[in-house]
Amino acid sequence: MTLPVHRGTPPQTPSQTIGPFFAVGLIWPDGPEVVADGTPGAVWIGGQVLDGAGDPVPDALVETWQADGFGRCPTDAEGRWAIRTVKPGPLPAAGGGQAPHLDVSVFARGLLNRVVTRIYFPDEAEANAADPLLASVQDPAARARLVAVADGDRLRFDIHLQGERETPFLAV
Amino acid sequence: MSDTHPPLDYPDYRSTRLRHPLAPLVPLPERLTELTGPVLGEGRVGERDHDLTVQHAGEPLGERIVVTGRVLDGDGRPVPGSLVEVWQANAGGRYRHDGDRHPAPLDPNFSGAGRCLTDAEGRYRFVTVKPGAYPWKNHHNAWRPAHIHFSLFGRAFTQRLITQMYFPGDPLFAFDPILSSVPEAARERLVSRLDLDTTVPEWALGYRWDIVLRGRQATPLEDEEDDA
Repeated sequence: MTLPVHRGTPPQTPSQTIGPFFAVGLIWPDGPEVVADGTPGAVWIGGQVLDGAGDPVPDALVETWQADGFGRCPTDAEGRWAIRTVKPGPLPAAGGGQAPHLDVSVFARGLLNRVVTRIYFPDEAEANAADPLLASVQDPAARARLVAVADGDRLRFDIHLQGERETPFLAV
Repeated sequence: MSDTHPPLDYPDYRSTRLRHPLAPLVPLPERLTELTGPVLGEGRVGERDHDLTVQHAGEPLGERIVVTGRVLDGDGRPVPGSLVEVWQANAGGRYRHDGDRHPAPLDPNFSGAGRCLTDAEGRYRFVTVKPGAYPWKNHHNAWRPAHIHFSLFGRAFTQRLITQMYFPGDPLFAFDPILSSVPEAARERLVSRLDLDTTVPEWALGYRWDIVLRGRQATPLEDEEDDA
């Protein structure tokens, strides 16, 4: 095999699906616990991952990123996932005046690359209204799907991979 | 359309049908680059986690191999201290997973999972056994070429990558929709090469495979996507 010739920067490695058996290698017992129990402001955020037929996706992996924490949770048989975290602090102006949010990756069998979205917080109406990414989503219904919904003392965020209620996914 | 990554809608891989988004992806405003992420992996890697052949009382069956390479960023710089996670089928082509119905034997001495941190030069190294090919139900007589799953973090959210490494010259490549979903010019980047410098004489064949993550900017630089 000849090695690819490239100038300057090496060519990127392509993505492949996580497949159905990632639990063999990617399960962290503490993955959903971004912050310890009892941390001030800690909240469970979760929901279902659903496919284009509205059926649960039982073999997805949801990961959340924020400046000081990483969460990872596989979906269960009903497509449910949840992580316990805290709302990130406000981002400095250099961050573009963004509202607090979590970055989210979803991996699954049938996804040849991850899909990426964001979770915004429902108690940040003013910051959300000024957020440049939210503002760039024209359809108000789609925009609303990027904001978690208060559900008792938890926050609910369903991820619809496809269809009428499709979650807006981001190009990164 | 990326010249590196597979499209999310790829009908030959049947499971994409109801799982790919239909709406166009929302472009992230250029100034919203996410430069940093949490440091992962410290404290998660045990001393023997990189050796999948010593995790049980006995040695697993199969062809012992060494798999090594470097993790680089889009500028060709090594990514040090970064978590690499792998998982794979055993030598008979069976995963230790309840959902794997392939009637091949489980190996009591093989779990099929490994972890390591890249060193100062971005190098990783695993000792394992060569995974077997296995059938799946995508289409009639569908078989996956032997592969090892890799999970990489890099240093920024934009660099996160999950992919699969293949072995050189596998005759199943041409029939595999998952590998074929990658643009043709980029497919060989997923294929390791036999490397006699990595091979340990009298003990194990060595394979080399370098992994290149994207740059740390959210928006690709023009020449980044032009390359290759």
